[in-house]
Amino acid sequence: MGKTTSEKIFDAHLVNEPFPGTKVLRLDAVLCHEITTPIAIDDLIRRNKDRVFDPTKIKAVIDHVTPSKDTKTATQAKILRDWARRHGIKDFFDVGANGVCHALFPERGFIRPGYTVIMGDSHTCTHGAFGAFAAGIGTTDLEVGILKGVCAFRQPKTIKFNVTGTLPKGVYAKDVILHIIGKIGVNGATDRVMEFHGSAIDSMTMESRMTLCNMAIEAGGTSGICQPDMTTVEYLWPFIQEEFATKEAALADYSQWRADTDAEYDQTIEIDVTLLQPTITFGYKPDQVKTVSELAGTLLDQVYIGSCTNGRLEDLRIAAQILKGHKLAPNVRGILSPATPKIQQEAMREGLIDIFMEAGFCVTNPTCGACLGMSNGVLADGEVCASTTNRNFMGRMGKGGMVHLMSPATAAASAIEGMIADPRKYL
Amino acid sequence: MKTFGGPVLFLDRSDINTDEIIPAKYLTEITKEDLKPYILEDLKLPGFDPNGPQTKNARVILSRANFGCGSSREHAPWVFEVNGITAVIAESFARIFRQNMFNCGMAAIELPAADLDQVFAHADDTDASMSIDIESGSLTISGGGTQSTFSFEISPFDKALVLAGGWVDYADQKY
Repeated sequence: MGKTTSEKIFDAHLVNEPFPGTKVLRLDAVLCHEITTPIAIDDLIRRNKDRVFDPTKIKAVIDHVTPSKDTKTATQAKILRDWARRHGIKDFFDVGANGVCHALFPERGFIRPGYTVIMGDSHTCTHGAFGAFAAGIGTTDLEVGILKGVCAFRQPKTIKFNVTGTLPKGVYAKDVILHIIGKIGVNGATDRVMEFHGSAIDSMTMESRMTLCNMAIEAGGTSGICQPDMTTVEYLWPFIQEEFATKEAALADYSQWRADTDAEYDQTIEIDVTLLQPTITFGYKPDQVKTVSELAGTLLDQVYIGSCTNGRLEDLRIAAQILKGHKLAPNVRGILSPATPKIQQEAMREGLIDIFMEAGFCVTNPTCGACLGMSNGVLADGEVCASTTNRNFMGRMGKGGMVHLMSPATAAASAIEGMIADPRKYL
Repeated sequence: MKTFGGPVLFLDRSDINTDEIIPAKYLTEITKEDLKPYILEDLKLPGFDPNGPQTKNARVILSRANFGCGSSREHAPWVFEVNGITAVIAESFARIFRQNMFNCGMAAIELPAADLDQVFAHADDTDASMSIDIESGSLTISGGGTQSTFSFEISPFDKALVLAGGWVDYADQKY
């Protein structure tokens, strides 16, 4: 019997099985940010265990509230910064070099096929786009990861999503994943890996695959996983060209992590994207989805483009293409937060930032900020936001606020009209 | 090991998420104790008051499916712990929340929907209280002059974490 990608990764990283059904895995990357890590650091100090298992495998960034907005957030940043310096963690990203973790770390080439990756952040599943097993965990698991380089998991079952067809005009990876979550529900993949296959995934860029895997957790999934292929190799090539003689050699090596054709799945779900419409959430759960035509005309107060889901260059290009030559409707404010400084700089070079600013958008520095109601665009009670982020929970972007999740294209079209609008007429 | 059992807070809805348990704006607090006033602040349920006596007195939370979905924030178990709540009973849990509970030496116990319905039948009993025996895997709900006992299973690993009081010391000895 063959194996799924996550089964192969589990086997290759197994330290031991302390109890039936629980597997302790060796970790290749432990990622840290300033919200969930400082309490782990404090606890390690309190236990007289202020050590790290391997400073080269730990990556850290200040991203949730940055630059710090008050004494408390400045203290969190300082705890992380001091700790990184104390332990010689070279891959630490501070103000000026920092960006949203799940965009920044892949951009730096830190995630490779076959890796085990943890972070004290639920959207860590994003990194499965590279054919890695990447899971969000809490502060205690993070603490043990930092100290020992291991993490315990119940071995997840795998759901295979066979995504076929060609994405129609105006429909993107975000629409695909919202559609899937709507189909299986917010706990449809709990204790499951969501393994994505099919021609529609094969033709996606790494950015789109990250958008797809990013929201696996919104269906309860442990990790999203895509199959490593030449697109993966091309993305990683600047970081791996010393390691492999040719791209073909890299592909041959990475292919060991592809699922076997006779792998056994918990279930297989077929998705044909050919007739998929732009898809949007309407309630307070990510599985409450409708097509854009069903929600068109919903009045908005704010449009937010950014986050680990959709703040990458490809997203900015799509939104700018629609916004070019248009202005924000007078009833909305627009906020753009490119996910990393590199994305921001390239967007400037390409003239995208000009398009956003001429349309009337406020362009902020890279940060998680408004997505979780921390800073840089929090909603007031009763306000409605069109957002390219990943969570529409009640109060998520501000107490009493309503969030509609959508693609950057739909967000841009909605910004022009001041209400939820179909992007296809602008393409 | 922590102590388990006492007055029950009934939260009769599925998919209660971590943002409802503890909003993100409070994640800038540096100590667990500082989270205490904000428990379940954004949860909207008929008859539920995050500042009411039922919340303040609770030692056990009872809820439905997919409890604790959303963020990985361990602040969710912590805000329960500093308010004296050490166990959550539900039909099912989100993976990260469930593991965070056990990693802290707390209990996330699953009951089948039919059993859960019988426990929820005590929701209007002002004296509703639960006793929980982790070792034997049984819990008893009492209130309104009646009581019922149910058995439950937690994985051997999770049980070991509860008995050890958490994952950090355990892991440091073994790995």
